[in-house]
Amino acid sequence: MTGTGSGAGPAGRGAAGRGLAVRDLVVRYPGAGRGAPAVTAVDGVSVDVPVGEVLALLGPSGCGKSSLLRAVAGLEPPTAGAVTWDGVDLAAVPVHRRGFGLVFQDGQLFPHRDVAGNVAYGLRGLPRDARAARVAELLDLVGLPGYDRRTVATLSGGERQRVALARSLAPRPRLLLLDEPLSALDRSLRERLADDLRRALVATGTTALFVTHDQDEAATVADRVAVMSAGRLLQVAAPETLWRRPATREVAEFLGYRTFLAAGRGGASDPEGASDPEGASDPDGAALAVAAGGWRVLGPADPEPGSGTPVRAAVVAERRTRRGRAEVVAVLEPEDARVTAALPAAGAGAPGPGDRVRLAAEEGAVAVVGAERQP
Amino acid sequence: MSTATRTPPTGTGRPGAPARPGPAGAGADRPPLRAPSRGWALGRGAAWALAAAVPLAFLGTFFAWPVLSLVGRGFLPDGALDLSGFADVFSRPRTWRIVGLTLAQGAIGTVLSVLLGVPGAYVLYRCRFRGVGALRAFVTVPFVLPTVVVGVAFRALLRENGPLGFLHLDGTFAAIVAALVFFNYAVVVRTVGGLWQRLDPRPEQAARSLGASPARAFWTVTLPALTPAIVSAASLVFLFCATAFGTVLVLGGMRYGTVETEIWIQTTQFLDLRAAAVLSVVQVVVVVAALAVAGRARARRERALSLVAPGAPGSAPARPHWAPSLVTGGVLVLLALPLGALLLGSLRTGDGWGLGHYRALGTTGGRNALTVTVWEALGNSLRIAVDATLLALLVGCLVALVVSRRPRARAARRAVGVLDGAFMLPLGVSAVTVGFGALLTLGHPFGIQTDLRSSGILVPVVQAVVAVPLVVRTVLPVLRAIDPRLREAAGTLGAGPGRVLLGVDAALAARSIGLAVGFAFAVSLGEFGATSFLARPDLPTLPVVIFRLIGQPGADNYGMALAASVVLAVLTAGVMALAERFRGPAGGEL
Repeated sequence: MTGTGSGAGPAGRGAAGRGLAVRDLVVRYPGAGRGAPAVTAVDGVSVDVPVGEVLALLGPSGCGKSSLLRAVAGLEPPTAGAVTWDGVDLAAVPVHRRGFGLVFQDGQLFPHRDVAGNVAYGLRGLPRDARAARVAELLDLVGLPGYDRRTVATLSGGERQRVALARSLAPRPRLLLLDEPLSALDRSLRERLADDLRRALVATGTTALFVTHDQDEAATVADRVAVMSAGRLLQVAAPETLWRRPATREVAEFLGYRTFLAAGRGGASDPEGASDPEGASDPDGAALAVAAGGWRVLGPADPEPGSGTPVRAAVVAERRTRRGRAEVVAVLEPEDARVTAALPAAGAGAPGPGDRVRLAAEEGAVAVVGAERQP
Repeated sequence: MSTATRTPPTGTGRPGAPARPGPAGAGADRPPLRAPSRGWALGRGAAWALAAAVPLAFLGTFFAWPVLSLVGRGFLPDGALDLSGFADVFSRPRTWRIVGLTLAQGAIGTVLSVLLGVPGAYVLYRCRFRGVGALRAFVTVPFVLPTVVVGVAFRALLRENGPLGFLHLDGTFAAIVAALVFFNYAVVVRTVGGLWQRLDPRPEQAARSLGASPARAFWTVTLPALTPAIVSAASLVFLFCATAFGTVLVLGGMRYGTVETEIWIQTTQFLDLRAAAVLSVVQVVVVVAALAVAGRARARRERALSLVAPGAPGSAPARPHWAPSLVTGGVLVLLALPLGALLLGSLRTGDGWGLGHYRALGTTGGRNALTVTVWEALGNSLRIAVDATLLALLVGCLVALVVSRRPRARAARRAVGVLDGAFMLPLGVSAVTVGFGALLTLGHPFGIQTDLRSSGILVPVVQAVVAVPLVVRTVLPVLRAIDPRLREAAGTLGAGPGRVLLGVDAALAARSIGLAVGFAFAVSLGEFGATSFLARPDLPTLPVVIFRLIGQPGADNYGMALAASVVLAVLTAGVMALAERFRGPAGGEL
C-alpha cells in the first residue's frame, strides 16, 4: 500500500486546475444574538475535486462539512478564501448559473409537481420529446422506470431520494453536491442506495462532492475521502489508504479505531519477539491502531499469527455474549486498555475472569497511524 | 479566463472502479463558466427594494398621511403643538364613559367569546362526527357578515315585535355584547381549533397513562399547550370588539358607543376634530398594545409546539365529551337565531309573508329614502370590491413576499421586522379615522388636478388599505412555511430568482392567494366605517344604503333594509365559501 495521502495540492491528479478548487475557505456565521461570538464553521479549508472524481467529505455532525458544501454551491457567502471551477473564481456567480446540482438530506422535492415534473425542472430549453426522453433515461438510471406520473406524496423515503438524485443529474451538472443524501433512511436501505448511488455517479461520469458522517458510506461511494473535524481538513486520501494509514490519532478514532498501541512496544509481551509490526518502531512516532472488535483470543491450538499482526498479553475482566457469540472483555497489559475479543469457535476451556490470555489483532483491523506527514 | 470546454477525466477512478465514460460525461456540453459583472447583485437588491417601496408608498399615501394629518389637525391647530386637547377631552365625563364602555365591551366580549369558543374548538376541530364540516362552515358565517348586517340582524331579533322582543334587550349594552360575541365566536373557534387539531396527542396520552383523569390531563397538559393560541385569539377578539363600528352604531344608537363610534360622532355631528384626534391616538395605543401581545403569543406558538398532521392516528377521540358538546350545541342554536330573525323579517310584509321587500330592492325606497335603487348600490359595491381586491392583493402579496424573507444582514432583518409590524397597523387604526382623514387630505394629492374625493377612486383604495393586513396574514404563513432549501434546490437546477418566485413561491402560495381574494372581497363588500365618509352620494355601496334605510321612518324601508341585508349576507358568505374551497391544507389561520 503506497497511496498518495496528499491530494490536497493542486498537483493532484488529472489536468492541473481542472474541476473544483477550494482555497483557504472560511465560512463564519454571525452570532445568534447581539454581542454573541461568531461561529466559524469552515476554518481555512483547501481541497480539489478533479473532473470525474467523487470526493467524500467525512466528519462528525457539526464539523462544518455541510457549510463547506453550501459555500461551494453558492448558498453561503464565504467569509474568506476562494471557490473556483476550471480556474474561474465563482464569487460573483449566483447559484443558478454555477451548474452545480445539489441533493438534500430530505430530497426537497417540489410537492406541487409529479415525479416527471420534478426531474424535468432543470431541463428548460430542451424540446418536449428530448425532455421526456431524458426524464425516462434518468428514472431508468435510478431504478424507478414508469414513475413519471406518480405524485411526490406517494413515494417512500428511498424513492424520494432516488427522484432527487435523478432531478439533480438530469441537467448534467458540472459538479453534483450531495448533502447527507442517505442519512434519513434506515440502515439496509442506506447500504443498498449507497451502491446504487456509486453506480449512477460512475455511469454518468459525474464529478461529485458527497457529504456524510458514515464511514462505510464514504468508502462505498467516493474515490477519495476527506476527513473533516472542527472546520478543518485532517486528511484527504483514497479509502484504502485512509483506513490503512490514518494520518493522526483523531482521524483513526473517527474511522472507528479504538485501541492504540504505543510505538516501539510492539512485541513486548510476545515471547518470540516476532511480531514487531510494520511501522511500530517508526522514527516519526507512528503507532498501531486496532478497530473496535478487532481482537481474538489466541487458543493454544491456534497457529502463531504472522509478523505483521500485533499480539498482546491481557487479563480477562469479564465474559459476555454478543449477537449470540461468546467474547471476553480483557485489559491489555502493556497499554492498560480495555478491549473486547472474540473467543475461538470451539469454546472448550474458555478463560474466565482473572485468567491471563494472549490476544491477536484480526487481519484487516489494524492501521498504521501517523506513518505519513500531512501537508 | 478559460474558454475551452472540459476534457473528460483520464484514469481518475479509484482502483477497481469501472472506467469513466468518454466525452459524453456529465456537464461536458455546458458552456464554460463566466463570472458575471457585479451589476447582477445590484439589480437584485434594487428589485427587492422596489418590492418593499411599492407597498410602503401605497400605505404611506393612503393610510399614514391621512391618519397623521387628521391627528395633526387635532394637536397643531395653529401650526404650534398644543396638547391641551388631551386635558380638555379627558376632562369631559362623556369621554370617560365612552372609554369605559369600550374597555368593558372589549373585555366582556372577549371573555365570553373565549369561554364559549374553546369548547367549540374542541367539538368542531378535535372530534370527528358526521356533519362536522358543515358545522365548521356555519360557525364561520357570522364572522364574514358585514358589521352593519350583524347589527340589523340583532335588531330584527330583539326589537319590540321581534322573536325575542319579550326580553326587552333592544338598545341595551347586553345586546351589543351579544352581537360582538356572535361575530367573534368564529375567531376563537378557528384559531384555537386550528392548533388543537394539529396538537400532538401523545403528551396528553402520557398524562393519562400516569394516572391523570381526562379533566386533569386537559388542565395540566392540553390547556397550557393551547394557551398561546387562546391568547392570540383573545387579543384579536379584543381588537375587533374595541374597534367595532357598524354593529355598535346600529345597535347602540346614541346611548352606547365605542371610541370608534365616538370618533365618527365627534367628526360628523359635533365637528370637533381635536376630540376626534385625541380619541384616535387613544385607540391606536390600545390597538398597538393588543397587537403586540398577539404577536408575542404567535411567535411563542410557532416555536415551542410539537405538531402533527391533522387526522394523525390517535388525534381524534372516539366520542366528544358531553359538557363541551352541550355548550357548543347551545351556541350553535344562538348563532342561528339572529340569522333566522333576519330572514323571517325580510319575508314579513305588512300583513303576511311574501317577497315584497325583495321586489322593493329595485326602487329607491319609501318617500325616496335613497338616491339609487338597492340593486344599483349592489352593482357599485361589486365594482368597488373588484378594484379593492386587486389593489389589496397586489400590495398584500408584495408585503408578504418581502416580510417572508430572512435576509442575512442584521439591519435588513430588522427592517423586515419593522415592515411586518407596520403593515398590520391598518387592522387596528380606526377605519373611521382613515376614511375621514382621507376625506380631509386627499383632495388633490401630488398636485393632481381632479378632486380624488369626487372621482370615487378613494373608496376602493381605502377599502384595500383595510383589507391588506388580512391578505398578508393569509399568504404570509404559507410563504414562511416553505422550506428555504426548496428554493435552493430550484436554484441549483438553474432557476433564476424570477423562476424560483414563480415556480416555487407562487405555485405553493396559489391556494392561499385564493383564500386571500375571498377575504379581501368580503371585507370590501362589508366595509362601512371608511366608506361612509368617502362614498359619493350618487354612488353609495350596499352597507351605506342599508344604514340609511334603517335610519328612515317607515316599516317598508325597514323591511327593505332587512332584505338588502339578506342579499349582502348571502353574497359575502357565498364569496367566503367559494374561497374556502381553494384553501390549501397549509392555508394561514387568521
